[in-house]
Amino acid sequence: MKLPRPALIAAAVAPVAVFVVLAIALALGLRNDPAALPSVLIGKPAPAFALGPVREGDVGFSRADIEGRVVLINVFGSWCSACRLEHPMLMELAASGVPIHGIDWKDAPADGAAWLKKYGDPYVRVGNDEIGRLGLDLGVSGAPETFVIDKTGRIRHKQVGPITPEIWRDEIAPLMARLEVGG
Amino acid sequence: MNRSPGALFAALLAGLMLALPFAALAVEPDEMLADPALEARAQAVSKELRCVVCQNQSIDDSSAPLARDMRLLVRERIAAGDSDAQARTYLVERYGNFVLLKPPFQANTILLWLGPLLILLVAAGGLLVAARSGAVEDGDPEADADNMESL
Repeated sequence: MKLPRPALIAAAVAPVAVFVVLAIALALGLRNDPAALPSVLIGKPAPAFALGPVREGDVGFSRADIEGRVVLINVFGSWCSACRLEHPMLMELAASGVPIHGIDWKDAPADGAAWLKKYGDPYVRVGNDEIGRLGLDLGVSGAPETFVIDKTGRIRHKQVGPITPEIWRDEIAPLMARLEVGG
Repeated sequence: MNRSPGALFAALLAGLMLALPFAALAVEPDEMLADPALEARAQAVSKELRCVVCQNQSIDDSSAPLARDMRLLVRERIAAGDSDAQARTYLVERYGNFVLLKPPFQANTILLWLGPLLILLVAAGGLLVAARSGAVEDGDPEADADNMESL
């Protein structure tokens, strides 16, 4: 008994079709960045915190410091070489009036203070998170990371890795401008 | 001393095997909870949580500083009276489902969980259709050869 012709054609075509669909799906998958992790905290209020000082004789950094303004919170550490790379950009932004607060993450306060003294201090307020507890609450997985916080204290954006001039121009500056007018 | 290389090898192997249970654990003694029951729960929860900087290790296996922070947090939550699920949820709320080594069963993971079953069903269906159409049942080599020709 012979198979009817359409069934034969289907049997011949099906494996090829499955292969082509799989190949296309997997090829598209290659374009995804496996290291990119969308933050689940976007749109949620920043956690409560009160960090001790980094700079000598300073007051530290707490949740109350960010209320009512659109600000950047930058997670850094004196041990972090990518932070060193990002640092001139932060200095430039601070000089142009962008409010940046710092979290000295998993770092001894004295080391953080020395680092800021050596390379310059772009931060309005800076607090020490040596135990990394606020880092966990913010879902931080490495430094530098920068959060954009709106006027109501909600996290609106998370930048993983150094802020480059392109990222600032294309992503963060437009977002902050939008949040500033109440968006 | 007159040891054969075989005995030396056996001794070395025995030593390595004895050391194995310790090598598998990244938890430092100073991190552990005093209560063995709570510590066992903390370790079970830690085994299911991904070290987000090493990605394919659990925080129980990893010696990364961030994994240590997470282990301490899990212990802090459990010591404070959280259930295992609450301790897990605490980290999921901050790091997303990515922090779970076993993805949850939900709308966007349904293909991941049911995909193999789906493929099995399609294959079984295909086989059934082929069997019904007779070629397989007949097992007639001539018919098969004819089929190949008509392809």
